[in-house]
Amino acid sequence: MELRISHLYPDLLNIYADRGNIITLVRRCRWRGIAVRVEGFGLGEEPDWHAYDFFYISGGQDREQNLVCRDLAAKGAGLVEAVQAGAVLLAICGGYQLLGEYYRDAGGGELEGVGLFSAHTIAGEGRFIGNEVIETEFTGAPLRIAGFENHGGRTWLGEDTRPLGRVIRGHGNNGEDGGEGAVRGNAVGTYLHGPLLPKNTAFTDELIRRALAHAGADTELAPLDDAI
Amino acid sequence: MSRIHDRKPVMAAKIATARLVAAASARTGHGGTTLPGRLVLRLDGEISSRLCRRLEQGVVFVSATNGKTTTCSMMALILERDGKSIIRNREGANLASGVATALLKEARLSTAYEAQLGLFEVDEAALPEVAKNCQSRALMLMNLFRDQLDRYGELETIAERWQRMLMRMPAAMKTILNADDPLVADLAVGRGGGVVFFGIEDQGAFSPIQAAADSKFCRHCGAAYDYQGVFMGHLGHYRCPDCGHRRPRPHVLARNITSEGMQGTTFELVAGEEAVAVKLSLPGLYNVYNALAAAAACRVLDVGLETIAAGLADFSAAFGRQERLQVEGHPVVLMLVKNPTGFNEVLRTLLEEPGEKQLMLALNDAIADGRDISWIWDVDLEPAAAMVSRAVVSGTRAEEMAMRLKYAGLSPGRLEIHRDLAAALSAALSRLEPGETLYVLPTYTAMLALRRVISRQFATDGRLEDLVWS
Repeated sequence: MELRISHLYPDLLNIYADRGNIITLVRRCRWRGIAVRVEGFGLGEEPDWHAYDFFYISGGQDREQNLVCRDLAAKGAGLVEAVQAGAVLLAICGGYQLLGEYYRDAGGGELEGVGLFSAHTIAGEGRFIGNEVIETEFTGAPLRIAGFENHGGRTWLGEDTRPLGRVIRGHGNNGEDGGEGAVRGNAVGTYLHGPLLPKNTAFTDELIRRALAHAGADTELAPLDDAI
Repeated sequence: MSRIHDRKPVMAAKIATARLVAAASARTGHGGTTLPGRLVLRLDGEISSRLCRRLEQGVVFVSATNGKTTTCSMMALILERDGKSIIRNREGANLASGVATALLKEARLSTAYEAQLGLFEVDEAALPEVAKNCQSRALMLMNLFRDQLDRYGELETIAERWQRMLMRMPAAMKTILNADDPLVADLAVGRGGGVVFFGIEDQGAFSPIQAAADSKFCRHCGAAYDYQGVFMGHLGHYRCPDCGHRRPRPHVLARNITSEGMQGTTFELVAGEEAVAVKLSLPGLYNVYNALAAAAACRVLDVGLETIAAGLADFSAAFGRQERLQVEGHPVVLMLVKNPTGFNEVLRTLLEEPGEKQLMLALNDAIADGRDISWIWDVDLEPAAAMVSRAVVSGTRAEEMAMRLKYAGLSPGRLEIHRDLAAALSAALSRLEPGETLYVLPTYTAMLALRRVISRQFATDGRLEDLVWS
């Protein structure tokens, strides 16, 4: 068994050192003797969506995000199908926005998203920047997770979509409704970087467990010594 | 009394005010490098541009993400050797207030300066405002790397602001640009003939592409650049396969670069038909860029190539940049790390030295360091983890740095955490064999704090006034 991770647009969407998330996924698998492989996909490349247990997409600068947006529109359906079939997805910041229904910029122009999350994002005045803490039930019990947010977009969830958690400190999706991120099955969108996964290992291990389940492997994870 | 008639006495009053404030802040030991300027700027937002006009040979502004301080220090040394007297601001005082303070400090009440030339390093975000009306003689833009996104925003935003600034600058102003940085080189568009490019020609110095590389896509058409090779970050020899946009040919260039690890670097400096051998006592390709930039700017100021080479050979280190000290009898090298590219280059230099090393890393998250410390995950620490015999981590976010090192492959047994800088330094020094060097990699505010700690609590050969600037 080998856990297969697809890192979408690593050359374009990598602005907040989110590769720390990939490093963490790989290390925490290998420390437990779980084989893992990461493959990157760029513009114009079409991955075999069903060959992966875990998809990862983060944020980039505006220019790069616009390039990705056009590319992703052409192949988003494959990603949605894979997620519906139980693959895990983690989308951070710009990647989270791109997977919603649309993004409306300050001039009123709209970029169409993939629609994987029932959510849309509207450019706001001023950016939400700073350390953020939320409480989530993603692992089945209340869990606090921490990260850093830096976004100008305000994201609003559709009524049928649950946030990843409630904001304890910081702004979250829109600074108003107290929600942070979005969850659909095994797909998670969030504004938390920092990076997210090395800091929040219980959350990380839950993602790994779900990816292992998708791979049809044993989901029992050996404990790791996370003391530093 | 007419307003025009009024002007000189008013200016003299402002200068006198600044002097009083400077004297008072020198006594209290705080704010001497920015406070006088900050106060006078409130009375007169144009004070710097007015004072700049009193400098006989004009002013030069230098901005970049990395290398401002070292480059300006090199330039100052060369220009002084050339017989020019200059006014400059001190590193850390590189916003409008720091520039104004430096100008006010040396100003005479009503006449021209004794010094001939102003040389100012300016924060990349502050530059358009600071340089706006200064009738600068030359403006040098060295590079743009990702740095403190929470403070500066995206690189493109800074580049666009620089572009708009350059469009408003007088045609007579020389623009000195790094040919190897596509984002910076492209600012030549619309500047006409007054552009001087510098760059590295030595293809033997190409290195593997790093994780934090930015600006890999053409500014004109969005296609991925074809890189023949990169020197650091996204600096290299690039060409757009779609629209043909490419690296300009540099006027001032470095070739035949030989690294001697921490001992320094030698290269051939070429300007037009002339060439000289340069021996730098600073390590790393980033210092070749700093030296090249300094050389290009000094050429624009009509300094001879031999004088430039001699000045560069004499240069040791600027404030905390590969600065060597003796602390409690041990050799200590301070290597400031502020952003992924700078950190990568420091690590690359260390990796060239044989053997395992003793490291102290200090990560702070004050505003001047960047509140968002996620950037340490962009640093290629993985190859470095193998060369560390022991790492003591410190600073307000010591645990995060420890975690980064652990995920980079450093075994926790080789890691020691002390948030407190003095405790960390004591622990790190206590592990050294006689004669062994401690390499200290602090972020900006950690470096300032550490210098104070060293000057107060440790035996050192560093002079207090060099260690701690008020």
